[in-house]
Amino acid sequence: MSVSKTPNGFELDDSGRRVVVDPVTRIEGHMRCEVNVDQDNIIRNAVSTGTMWRGLEVILKGRDPRDAWAFTQRICGVCTGTHALTSVRAVENALGIQIPENANSIRNIMQLTLQAHDHLVHFYHLHALDWVNPVNALKADPKATSELQKQASPHHPKSSPGYFRDVQNRIKRFIESGQLGPFKNGYWTNPAYLLPPEADLMAVTHYLEALDFQKEIMKIRAILGGKDPHPNWLVGGVPCPINVDGVGSVGGLNMVNLNQISGIIDQTKTFIDNVYIPDLLAVARFYKGWLYGGGISGMNVLSYGDIPDHANDYSAGNLMMPRGAIIDGNLKQVHEVDLTDPDEIQEQVPHSWYSYPDGVTGLHPWDGITEPHYALGAKAKGSRTHIEQIDETAKYSWIKAPRWRGHAMEVGPLARYVIGYAQGDKEITEQIDFVLKTLDVPVTALFSTLGRTAARGLEAAWAADKMRYFMDKLLANIKAGDSATANVANWDPSTWPKEAKGVGFTEAPRGALGHWIRIKDTRIDNYQCVVPTTWNGSPRDAEGNIGAFEASLMNTKVERADEPVEILRTLHSFDPCLACSTHVMSEDGEELTKVKVR
Amino acid sequence: MTETFYEVMRRQGITRRSFLKYCSLTAAALGLGPAFVPRIAHAMETKPRIPILWLHGLECTCCSESFIRSAHPLAKDVVLSMISLDYDDTIMAAAGHQAEAIITETIEKYDGNYILAVEGNPPLNEDGMYCIIGGRPFLDQLTHAAAHAKAVISWGSCASYGCVQAAKPNPTQAVPVHKVVKDKPIIKVPGCPPIAEVMTAVVTYILTFERFPELDRQGRPKMFYSQRIHDKCYRRPHFDAGQFVEHWDDDSARKGYCLYKMGCKGPTTYNACSTIRWNAGTSFPIQAGHGCIGCSEDGFWDKGGFYNRLTAINQFGIEGNADEVGMAAAGAVGAATAAHLAVSAVKRAQHKGGQE
Repeated sequence: MSVSKTPNGFELDDSGRRVVVDPVTRIEGHMRCEVNVDQDNIIRNAVSTGTMWRGLEVILKGRDPRDAWAFTQRICGVCTGTHALTSVRAVENALGIQIPENANSIRNIMQLTLQAHDHLVHFYHLHALDWVNPVNALKADPKATSELQKQASPHHPKSSPGYFRDVQNRIKRFIESGQLGPFKNGYWTNPAYLLPPEADLMAVTHYLEALDFQKEIMKIRAILGGKDPHPNWLVGGVPCPINVDGVGSVGGLNMVNLNQISGIIDQTKTFIDNVYIPDLLAVARFYKGWLYGGGISGMNVLSYGDIPDHANDYSAGNLMMPRGAIIDGNLKQVHEVDLTDPDEIQEQVPHSWYSYPDGVTGLHPWDGITEPHYALGAKAKGSRTHIEQIDETAKYSWIKAPRWRGHAMEVGPLARYVIGYAQGDKEITEQIDFVLKTLDVPVTALFSTLGRTAARGLEAAWAADKMRYFMDKLLANIKAGDSATANVANWDPSTWPKEAKGVGFTEAPRGALGHWIRIKDTRIDNYQCVVPTTWNGSPRDAEGNIGAFEASLMNTKVERADEPVEILRTLHSFDPCLACSTHVMSEDGEELTKVKVR
Repeated sequence: MTETFYEVMRRQGITRRSFLKYCSLTAAALGLGPAFVPRIAHAMETKPRIPILWLHGLECTCCSESFIRSAHPLAKDVVLSMISLDYDDTIMAAAGHQAEAIITETIEKYDGNYILAVEGNPPLNEDGMYCIIGGRPFLDQLTHAAAHAKAVISWGSCASYGCVQAAKPNPTQAVPVHKVVKDKPIIKVPGCPPIAEVMTAVVTYILTFERFPELDRQGRPKMFYSQRIHDKCYRRPHFDAGQFVEHWDDDSARKGYCLYKMGCKGPTTYNACSTIRWNAGTSFPIQAGHGCIGCSEDGFWDKGGFYNRLTAINQFGIEGNADEVGMAAAGAVGAATAAHLAVSAVKRAQHKGGQE
């Protein structure tokens, strides 16, 4: 039992009742969360534990760097492709490979397609059930839902009372079957759900519409990358050639599939504008008093930036997604970020299930070392293979603790939007001001669970616009006579230097993503990924700073301590991706294959 | 599988009174009035949707992402009308102990009558604690759920073969499902991920015909995995004609020539990509200009680089390597055709002996 204050300003009190949520569901991968609630059901201590480790970077050691994208792509099948893009960028950076302009446009279209798809699927299929009660939708009057729909989104054609009645009947039959499938054991009587029945019915209807529609978006990546999930990529460009004039153009991007991509971009934009954004605003109207979950978003946020306008220029000025770091809530100063500076990004492991050599606190990813070291603290309850309660004073997570100049940082759509807002980015500022005005809330409302969820939606709309921008750019470039999609000058490893190191970065849907590679004698010598959920899901560091997940749960009131709706709501607002977060490279990968006898 | 929920409960000695009580508890838990109780009871007394527990081990969730991309049938219709997806931590509303309780409940009520679908695989190192669910090793959850299942579907290459985390040196000692579940029928649906419509077809086949699809010796449905990508590849005529892509984005690439020399693993990969294709038939890797990386084959991560040409003739039948075939094509068309017929005969013989 103790009360303590973290250097980043949170008062932790573990004297109250301990509540365990394991597994945290509706996320990618596996995580556990424990909180202490006081007598008023307010969270006074929060502990997040990454509960999986796959060791992909260990597996990468000694492989062909040109193959690395395929391995790292399998880090995550939800943000599929973003690791692959980061990987080819890292290898190109190491080997000084320049890609053609068309390859840059095609990669951007693929990455933006992912942003739009991932955000949409997250909102409806991973996050909505934290705000929307499908059982309550049965009580709705379909006419009232129809009116709400027409008011919220006048241009969406599916708005008749009959349409909503049909959906309602289908949900009703489903629930009356007694076999509730994914809705089973949900928290449907919890007073934390605030939507009126007609809004619940509208949102549930769009849950199903979005499930049908999302698959269309990814056809763009099937055309450009052959399949999705896990399309194909290429060091030096893209594998998909362009052939709009010559014979045999079925093997390349031709007018037919360019038209198909263009059509899907329009549909995507329409769906986001007419369904996603109106639903977001409709839900937010009923929850705008629930402003928990800000955590460190109002203090420390980080973005590497992404979507280079022109090929091969990764400087902040050429990146259409903002880049920078904000510290201690000072929005007037956006710091520059340098992924190659050994003093900026470092990973610590005092509370992670790894060990460093004596005297080492933090390591830059190029020099990252990891020895897995699974052990529970003395105060943990249960056993080594049956954890009942974590001891957060000891090691307690498969996630490392990355820090930027010693600070715990939040990454993701909200971080990007806060940085863009602070930099005065015109489009981002307009979007944010529109939402604040529509909901009649102050700018501080951004720093919340709902703010995170809103930023994601706005970014999906932004991404759809930029898909069109790069489609136009691609067509203009082809029109100007440039059909190149790959630079093969350094494809042959015999052209490579004996040793090289590089870094690649993207903004994954969930936040800043970096891959650091060292190449020696044409093979991978060291590979390290620091991914968004490593930042957000970070355990405590050597100084005792808590990470973004843990901070965001602090001081939240829960309606029923044994029904973790509020905890899920806030954790989901980050869109956790645990398969991504738990990756490390050992100096000596072979060692890890031994079963340790303890 | 045709037994109703009510019949199962009765068989297990549960009275009608208890059954109705269960129905009213279900209604109450949902905040629904007593009017719903008889309707729930009626539905459960008639034919129920088959329960599926969909567990996730070490994986990347690409199988689930693929599943929701299915066009025929729509994922929505599978989940709402065909199966009862009672546990799937990626989409289920419940979390923590309420989620785990569903596994216990399903085992109690549908013992031997539900299907276990597994995405990902269990690691054995560190006593299984490289993948922890509910404070315990995933391995425990998997073996427990499998022991009471009617059958197991191993989704994707992780569950079927081990996939990326089991690539050398396999730091966590991740193993495919059949290494730890040995007494249940297992359907392997490999691929990283499997094609969406293949996944939903496996489920709907079981529901429609009330039996499992015919499997090959490796346990894969024959209808999708008995032929090589190469056998049905639309670029196959270019292979036979000796027309190959030599460099990325060269003239041959733009013409859609064969990607064999760029490392395509189509000649050794058994899957339906070149016929069913991906994302509602939109395309497949070779059509989009990249070779097949062989993601539905056992150990495909450790079979040499993705851009290394398959070299030895004996690796994939007697089509010969690309250079030889090219020469034959340049020589006499008649001779090449004869050679190809001979190839097919030998290949069939090899196929019977080896792959099935």
